[in-house]
Amino acid sequence: MSRIDHAEASSQFIADRAHEAFHDKRLWELRLKRDATRDEVPEWPQLRDLASAIKEHTLSHLAQYLEQFEARAKANGAHVHWALDGEEHNRIVADILSQRGATTLVKSKSMLTEECDLRPYLERRGISVVETDLGERIQQLDNEPPSHIVVPAVHKLRGDVAALFGQALGSDAGNDDPQYLSEQARQATRPLILGAAAGMTGANFAIAETGSFVVCTNEGNADLGATVPPLHIASIGIEKLIPRFEHLAVFVRMLSRSAIGSPITQYTTHFRAPRPGSELHIILVDNGRSARLGMADFWRSLKCIRCGACMNTCPVYRRSGGLSYGAVYSGPIGIILNPTFDMRRYSNLPYASTLNGSCTAVCPVKIDIHDQIYKWRRLMAEHNQLPFVKRTAMKITGRLLADPKAFRRTIAVTDAALEHLPRFLLYTRFNAWGKQREVPVSPDGTFHAWYLKNRKVAP
Amino acid sequence: MSSRERILDAVRRNLPPVADVPAVPVFEEDDRTSLWPRFCAGLERMGGRLVEPATGADLEALCRALFPDAAVVCSATPEIAGTRSAAAAARPHDYDDVDVSVVRALFGVAETGSVYLDEAALVRPALGFLAQHLIVLLDPADVIANIHSACHRPEFRDAPYGVLMTGPSATADIEGVLIRGAQGVRSLTIIAAPRR
Repeated sequence: MSRIDHAEASSQFIADRAHEAFHDKRLWELRLKRDATRDEVPEWPQLRDLASAIKEHTLSHLAQYLEQFEARAKANGAHVHWALDGEEHNRIVADILSQRGATTLVKSKSMLTEECDLRPYLERRGISVVETDLGERIQQLDNEPPSHIVVPAVHKLRGDVAALFGQALGSDAGNDDPQYLSEQARQATRPLILGAAAGMTGANFAIAETGSFVVCTNEGNADLGATVPPLHIASIGIEKLIPRFEHLAVFVRMLSRSAIGSPITQYTTHFRAPRPGSELHIILVDNGRSARLGMADFWRSLKCIRCGACMNTCPVYRRSGGLSYGAVYSGPIGIILNPTFDMRRYSNLPYASTLNGSCTAVCPVKIDIHDQIYKWRRLMAEHNQLPFVKRTAMKITGRLLADPKAFRRTIAVTDAALEHLPRFLLYTRFNAWGKQREVPVSPDGTFHAWYLKNRKVAP
Repeated sequence: MSSRERILDAVRRNLPPVADVPAVPVFEEDDRTSLWPRFCAGLERMGGRLVEPATGADLEALCRALFPDAAVVCSATPEIAGTRSAAAAARPHDYDDVDVSVVRALFGVAETGSVYLDEAALVRPALGFLAQHLIVLLDPADVIANIHSACHRPEFRDAPYGVLMTGPSATADIEGVLIRGAQGVRSLTIIAAPRR
């Protein structure tokens, strides 16, 4: 697959001023709300330490916890399946459905099923799939992937949704009142839930001790999908495990506060066993996770609870939009997850960062996100994955920095050139700095010249 | 080798350095008198409505007064008859026409303003989601401090289905505008009602 050009995709996003400005403002608002709810919890730093430690403990004992989870889930009456990759996951879902003659599936939001590209797989086999989360439904109707892991349609404005619903749901395309639009989605989705043969959810946490899992949502759609149809399928990444039920509290207390700045999601639902007369299927999915576990520099990314706080705080994400990452996961967490799936395709992503470390600072499970971004840059260079311009520039810079005399000559010449060169020579495609801003005015002399003149102690 | 074995095998090969599991404190505050006010503040913040009737008030009449236009009031509590018993449903879909459901919470959580309902309280879980509006009876004495305390409750840990419900269903997926009443109930009313 071809290499994602994040910078190019971002420049298209930025070109639309209204969308870009709103996107930036909305996500920064979520970051500020997160700060406010965090400040209400005096033990927040302790919770972060605990969450990180619980996750690292679980990951270092993952095989035994997976086995314990499976045994307990089976004892609860659930069916447990294992999927090596997205393809196997999709096949398992399709088999469960077709064995029961089910052709309609309602699902709640799950990044894992996005990873597996489940929807087109099922649709090719004659199974209709309906996303029930509002943002995810908007994205499904618009034939776009989610642009954010918590708020999938955050890059859209109300007018976009009005036009889309007018076309797809037959609502009044001229009415862009969010209350009206949400009501349209509610009315259109409800009969689909009532008529569905099966419901599907992801899971935020899977508990080894109880063989159960917890789903955190706000709209009530996941509970409807899981409790109205007679068949519930839950897809769970193997990194979602935590050892004991009491550990759940640490994560639940931080998840929604980190994500959208609310103390808890409207619904925190614990599924342990199938309802009488219904079936519960759990699919444990690897899809690259066991390999990531073995990467010394990157295994800690498996601690991620998908809150999106790193995205909301990231200046590059806020100004470039999630779709520009060309991947299931965007923002800082996407930068460190995506290359584990395809290093070449996502080789540009580690440069979509200022390395300011804000992502690491807000992460509730203390993933060293910006350090991992830096390490990915190094790996990309080592594997010759740098684009030509960057590679050449780095090579020349490296040589100059290694040779003080050549460096001084070049600086003097460059300063003079910056002052006198015409714009069309300065602002070329090789000058990334000058794309959206003016090149700074160069000083009258170099620091070295100034130092020699004023301090007079030459080395 | 099955996928199960291949996954477990790969996981075992790649396990990172062993880390110990920490003990998790419950972070409870000592002041039990603040539990109810904290619960009420949390509930209001998340869009729920609180009704505190006088001792011995007629709950049946209260429910009618709260939702005078409701045609179908489906109750899962002995205190309120409504127009229909939740136990009468043959399948979850039968709750489709319910205007107001009435259930009793097992406990409330002061930290977040949440109420806990299991499938015994709901008869069928869908009762709490397919209805247009939900009334939850809660004994103020059943309010506990925080989510840690909740996760230590066996009725949460061991229930086949259980939900911590905090306010009505909500979404802010269009331009961040908060809408109460997304896919689940449009409103959540908590009635302070000591257990009989």
